[in-house]
Amino acid sequence: MNVRSQSSGDFLSQALGIPLVRKEDPALLSGRGRYADDLPVASGTLHAHVIRSPHAHAKILKIDAAAALALPGVAAVITGEDVRQLTDPFLIALKAPVHQWSLAVEQVRYVGEAVALVVAESRYVAEDAAELVQVDYDPMEAVTDPLAACDKSAPLLHPACKTNEISVRKFAYGDTAAAFAAADRVIALTVDYPRLSFTPMECYVVVAEYRPHDGSYDVLANFQGPFSTHPVMAKALRVPGTRLRLRIPPDSGGSFGIKLSVSPYVVLAAIAAKITGRPVKWVEDRAEHLAAASSGPNRITRIEAAATLDGRILGLRLDQLEDYGAFLRAPMPGPLYRMQGSVTGAYDIPNVEVTNRIVLTNKMPASLIRGFGGPQLYLAIERLVQRIAVELGLDHLDVIRRNLIPAEKFPYRTAAGALYDSGDYARAVATAIGDGRLDDLKRRRDTARAAGKLYGIGFAAVVEPGMSNMGYLSTLLTADARERAGPKNGAVSMATVNIDPLGGVSVSADVTVQGQGHQTVLSQIVADRLGLDPADIKVTLELDTAKDAWSIAAGTYSCRFSPGTAVAAHIAATRIRGRLAGIAANQLNVLPDDIEFADGQVRSRSNPDNALPFGRVAGTAHWSPVMLPDGMAPGLSETGVWSPPELEPPTSDDRINTSLTYGFIFDMCGVEVDPVTFSVRVDRYVSMHDAGTLLNPLIADGQVHGAFAQGIAAALYEEFVYDENGNFLSGSFADYLVPTVSEIPPLEILHQETPSPLTPLGAKGMAEGNCMSTPACIANAVADALGVKDVSLPLTPLRLHALMAGKP
Amino acid sequence: MRRVNKDERTRISFTLNGRAVSGEAESRMLLTDFLRHVIGATGTHVGCEHGVCGCCTVLIDGVAARSCLTLAVQAEGRAVTTVEGLAAPDGALNALQQAFQRHHALQCGFCTPGILMSFTDYLARNPHPTEDEIRDVLSGHLCRCTGYAGIVAAVRAVSAGNSKQPS
Repeated sequence: MNVRSQSSGDFLSQALGIPLVRKEDPALLSGRGRYADDLPVASGTLHAHVIRSPHAHAKILKIDAAAALALPGVAAVITGEDVRQLTDPFLIALKAPVHQWSLAVEQVRYVGEAVALVVAESRYVAEDAAELVQVDYDPMEAVTDPLAACDKSAPLLHPACKTNEISVRKFAYGDTAAAFAAADRVIALTVDYPRLSFTPMECYVVVAEYRPHDGSYDVLANFQGPFSTHPVMAKALRVPGTRLRLRIPPDSGGSFGIKLSVSPYVVLAAIAAKITGRPVKWVEDRAEHLAAASSGPNRITRIEAAATLDGRILGLRLDQLEDYGAFLRAPMPGPLYRMQGSVTGAYDIPNVEVTNRIVLTNKMPASLIRGFGGPQLYLAIERLVQRIAVELGLDHLDVIRRNLIPAEKFPYRTAAGALYDSGDYARAVATAIGDGRLDDLKRRRDTARAAGKLYGIGFAAVVEPGMSNMGYLSTLLTADARERAGPKNGAVSMATVNIDPLGGVSVSADVTVQGQGHQTVLSQIVADRLGLDPADIKVTLELDTAKDAWSIAAGTYSCRFSPGTAVAAHIAATRIRGRLAGIAANQLNVLPDDIEFADGQVRSRSNPDNALPFGRVAGTAHWSPVMLPDGMAPGLSETGVWSPPELEPPTSDDRINTSLTYGFIFDMCGVEVDPVTFSVRVDRYVSMHDAGTLLNPLIADGQVHGAFAQGIAAALYEEFVYDENGNFLSGSFADYLVPTVSEIPPLEILHQETPSPLTPLGAKGMAEGNCMSTPACIANAVADALGVKDVSLPLTPLRLHALMAGKP
Repeated sequence: MRRVNKDERTRISFTLNGRAVSGEAESRMLLTDFLRHVIGATGTHVGCEHGVCGCCTVLIDGVAARSCLTLAVQAEGRAVTTVEGLAAPDGALNALQQAFQRHHALQCGFCTPGILMSFTDYLARNPHPTEDEIRDVLSGHLCRCTGYAGIVAAVRAVSAGNSKQPS
C-alpha cells in the first residue's frame, strides 16, 4: 500500500479514502501518549488496592481490618457493608433479583470478586495493608458448567431468582415447522464457544474525586462506553447524571469491549473518595485483570437445519445457552441479542426459530468483547453448513454459494427483521477464490495428504453488523413488557466542528480513543469538506460527560464509528461549509453555488483566482457577525447529529433491525494438523471484506489484521479455564496464552466496496469481522483435516489429542 | 557493594536518556514505578508486571531489560534509555519510529515503547536481521491490536535501509 504522510501545508487532492498515516502516531511513538495512569493527579491523592475472593462461592462471615487500619499510611478499608449503605445495586436489563454492587455483599460468587478496598498513601502501602485484612469465608458448593447450572439440583447463584437459568425467550420467524416437514434431511450439531478475553495491554485505571459542596463525583476512567452505562453508574451512586462527571483520558491502551467493565470500579473509587475525603486512584494489575475484569460469554448452541438434498437450507432452529458468569451486568445480555436480526447470517433462509437462554455460573461476569455475539453465532452456523456438505456428500463451498443471499435481493430484509443495506456476496466469494487462490489451497491439501499429513480446507461466510440499534436489547423482553417500558430504538451519533478566529479547525466527537485512529479519520472527513489538510485539523477525543455532546449510544463499540460518528462529523463539517460558503460568496461577489473549498482557500469555482484564505472567511464569522448574510446564524461551531431512521424498535412479533450497516466477509484457509503433537499450523489464510466505502484503507487493513489475530487466538489458544470447583486456572500470561508473532500466520486481505446506501459516506462497520469469521473458518478446516464432527475451541493440542485418541 | 535497608527511602541516581536523574524511593520500588511516578517519565508502560508482555522494556547500559522485573536501586549509576530518548531533541522521529508510523505498526500504542526499545537494542547489534530473527525478537512482546504484521514490516523496512547505509 502506498501510504500518504501527514505534513502540514502539503494539500492533498483527496483527503478521504486514502491510506493516510495516523496523526496519533508521533506522540505514541515518542513516549508522549497520555494514558490514564500517565496523567497528573491532585496532591494528596490516595491509592487503592482491591482484596479479592479466593473462593468461587462462599458466605462472607467477617472482615477484620483492624490490623490493616493500624498500619501507618492506611486511610480506609471499605467493605460490602459500606457499599450497601452508600450505593444501590447496578441496574440490569432483566427484571430479576440479580443484585451486584461494586464490592461483594454478604457472599462471593466467583474467584476474584472484589471483597474489600484498601485505600492508603501509596499503592505499596495499600498492598501491605491488604495482607493484614482477615476475611473469614464459609465456602459453598459452586457450579461452573452452564448445563449443570441449569439443573434443578444446582447450587443457586442468586437464590431469590429460584433458578440459574434466569431468562428463556423463544422466537419464531416464518414457518419453520413447515420447512422442517418439507426437508429431505435434518442436520444437527452442538457447538461450544469458550470463555476468553482480548486482554487490552493497559489494565483499568480510575481516579475519583468527591465534591462535597454539590455532592458530585468527578471521575477519570479509561472507560470505553457505551454511555448507556453512565446512568447505571449514576443510579448506583444515587446521584443525577450531572453529578457524575466522567472524563475519558486522551489515550487508552486498547479495549476490544473489555473496558466497559471498568464501570463497577468507577462507582467503587467514587465512594472511596467520598469516604476518605480525598481523591482516590486505582490501577488494576494484570493478575486482577485476568481473574476478574471481564470475559466474553461462553455459549452452547444446538443448531439444526432443514435441508434439501442439494444443500439448500429451508429453515433453521437454534437453541443458544449463554453463560454470563456470576452477574448480568448492563448492557448484558448484549451478545445474545446483538445478532438477533442477522441470526441467519449471510444466507437466504426465510424460516428460523431461536431460543435464547441465559444462565449464571460461578465465574467472572461476562460482558462486551470484540465480535459481540458474532463469534458464537457464526461458529454454530458455519460449522453446520460444513456438516450439511459432509452429510449430503456435497462440496462445502457449493453449499455456501447455494444459500448466500443473491445480490439482486438487496436491500434484504432477513427473517428476523434485519435490513441488510447492500452487498454482493457471490462476487466477493468469486473474487476470493479466483486468481488461483482456491486451486492453490487444493494443491497444498492434495500434496500434504499424499504425503500422509492431516490437511484440511475451511471456509466461512459471515455478515458483520455495524452500529447497534439501541432497541435491540429490548427484544429480550416480551412485546407486552416492551410496550409498558416504552419503545427503544435508534442510535444517535454526535460530532462537533469548531473554527477559531484564525481559521483553526478543531473536532470533538462521541467516541472514546482505543487505538482505531479515529482522530486521523475524523480529520480526513472534515478536511475533505473544508478543503484543508488533515494535518491541520485538531481532533480531541477525551470525552467529558459534563461538557461534550453525547447520547446513550456514545462510546467506541459495535463498529459504530464508520456508520455513526463519522457521519455526524461529515454533517457538522458540511453545515460549516455551507455557512462559510455564504460568507465567502458575499465577499467574492459570486453565488454560493459557485464556491469551492480547496488548497486552504475558499474560492470561485468558475474563477479560482477570485479566492480568500480559509482563515479570512472564518475570521469574518468571529469578528463581524453583524455583516453575515441575511438569516445566517452567527458562530462557527456545529454539532452534527445523526440518527438513521432504519433503526426501528422491535416489532410486535419480535423482528428487529439490530444494526444499521451489514458488511460481508468471506474467509478461506488451509491448515495442517501435526499427527504427533496435534498442533495446528495455518498454512494459508485469505480474508475477503466488503465494508462499503473505506474511509482510510491503511487503518482498515490494520483493523483486519488485529481482528484476525484475535480470531486466531480464539480458535487456537485463549481460554479462561475454571476447574469444577470454580478455581481459576488462567491467572497469568504464562497460563493464558496470548499469541505472539510466532503464532500469527500470514494473512492475505482482499477488499470489495459495495457502499451502504443508508449513510452519506457509504462506509460500514468493519473492525470486528475476523473475530467472527476466523474461529469458524479454522474450526471448519480442522474438522476437514481430521474428518470429525465435534471440534471445540480453542483447538489446543491437548483437546485435539483427546478427540483423536483411539482413532487410527 | 551498596547496602540499602528495607524500610528506608534511599536516593537513586542514574542517567536517563543521557541526562542525570535522581530521586528517593524505597528499596523495593520497581524501576517502572520509579521511572513513571518518581521521575515522571511515563513513556515506559506497565502491561503485566510479571515479565511476559514486554511493554516495560527499557535499555540498561544499552541492553534491553524488563523494567517491571528490575528494582529501581539496580539502576543506580547506570545508563537507562527509554522511548523518550529515541526521537531527536526537536521531536523528529528516528528511522525506526518513522517506519512504525508508515507501516501502521501501532494502534493503541501501549505496547509500542517496549517493542521500540527491544529493536533499538537488537538492531544495534544486528543491523541486518532476517525476518525470522525479527520475529524471534518480537516474540518477546505481546501486542493485542495489530496482529504484528505492521511491526514486522516496519522493522524489515528499517533493516533494509540499514543495509543500504551500513553504519
